Amino acid sequence: MKSLQARHAPLSDTGYQLTVLTEAEAAGARLPAFGQKLREAGLLPLRPTALQTMQINVGRMCNQVCKHCHVDAGPDRKEIMTRETMQQCLDALAQTDIAVVDLTGGAPEMNPDFRWLVEQISALGRRTIVRCNLTIIVANKKYYDLPEFFARHNVMVVSSLPHFSAGRTDAQRGEGVFEKSIRALKMLNAVGYGQPDSDLTLDLVYNPSGAFLPGSQASLEREFKQRLGREFGIVFNNLLTITNLPVSRFLEYLLESGNYEKYMQQLVDAYNPTAAANVMCRSTLSVGWDGQLYDCDFNQQLDLLVSGTAPKHIRDFDAGLLQDRNIVINQHCYGCTAGAGSSCGGATT
Amino acid sequence: MDSTYYNPADLAKFGNITEWQPEMGNKFFAYYAEVFKDGALTEREKALIALAVAHAVQCPYCIDAYTTDSLQKGADEAQMMEAVHVAAAIKGGAALVHSVQMMNKAKELSM
Repeated sequence: MKSLQARHAPLSDTGYQLTVLTEAEAAGARLPAFGQKLREAGLLPLRPTALQTMQINVGRMCNQVCKHCHVDAGPDRKEIMTRETMQQCLDALAQTDIAVVDLTGGAPEMNPDFRWLVEQISALGRRTIVRCNLTIIVANKKYYDLPEFFARHNVMVVSSLPHFSAGRTDAQRGEGVFEKSIRALKMLNAVGYGQPDSDLTLDLVYNPSGAFLPGSQASLEREFKQRLGREFGIVFNNLLTITNLPVSRFLEYLLESGNYEKYMQQLVDAYNPTAAANVMCRSTLSVGWDGQLYDCDFNQQLDLLVSGTAPKHIRDFDAGLLQDRNIVINQHCYGCTAGAGSSCGGATT
Repeated sequence: MDSTYYNPADLAKFGNITEWQPEMGNKFFAYYAEVFKDGALTEREKALIALAVAHAVQCPYCIDAYTTDSLQKGADEAQMMEAVHVAAAIKGGAALVHSVQMMNKAKELSM
């Protein structure tokens, strides 16, 4: 499978994606606007709370082509962050007390300056999260030592594993991904990640492999711990349940499988105002591979820049102006407010 | 639209049964919600039991609802099909075990 961009698919145009989202209907009627739901909850305009996390997307290049990828990442994507832009991120970071830098992609480790960036973040005394797809660790021998590198810098590893069965994992992430992921998890466990007496954190991410919402995070975590422990001897810290947002390749899947309307209706029906108050965009700044600034990684993939007078590029970082912005919302935001809520840190309620 | 006894859209209206008898309906739904919470059985195990029962009672609404619920609770295809085989084994066994009665009666009537 190739990316939407490489296939020149209509959905590679983010303007078209936004049109599809805005015009979503269920049973012949337009879905309620997300902004209307926020207004009813007294949350419109949606405003930032204290900035806690800088999430940096260091590039769209990836060794996998997952069916649900909202980044439309893959081996055919060449957009990656330069060291110059990384330095601008570090300069911005140094002006703030942001404690956590969340590195995502693509496969962030494929950026040639990835390790340099992690070292610089450590030097600033900040914690790094890496959103590691696991298979990159076993993709090439130059990556085999990633577990030791992560451990040396106390990097928090957050890895996708949508199911404890090979079938459901491979259906979403590609043939053979489950077996490679298990090998990589064993390598992470071997250096101390996820072990009960260790401070090296290994969290797993559960995304549904289809057009349905995640179940209870606590319940799924128990199932995953039991199954991965019993069948593979694997340990980890927390399972984070994340709802698939109707963006990019997951939107394509929904449309092609005939599930789009029903899925949008499910998200609207499961709208939870408590989750709306806790959305992660309120405490996150998202930086694109080219340094542009967004409210979250989903807005980034929809080309929805931060609004108003907030700086649009990390080189112009200004904490005060960013704090004063209104967060950009659209219909995809229902994905973060359904049920127990969803964020890069899992459920929000 | 073709006229049929079952309309998929009716599943979403299940809650409306409280309109004509609120007290009993609300008690039923409160009980229902309690039953499916994590307990001595996990939510996933309960969803799979419900899926098996849905097939045994041949309720199309329940099959749709508990296929979705089983997936949401983390079940995979193999677990779901095995659950249905449990229902099939019990349904089939329930028919076959009555053949003992048939055998008894036949023996009673035969030389």
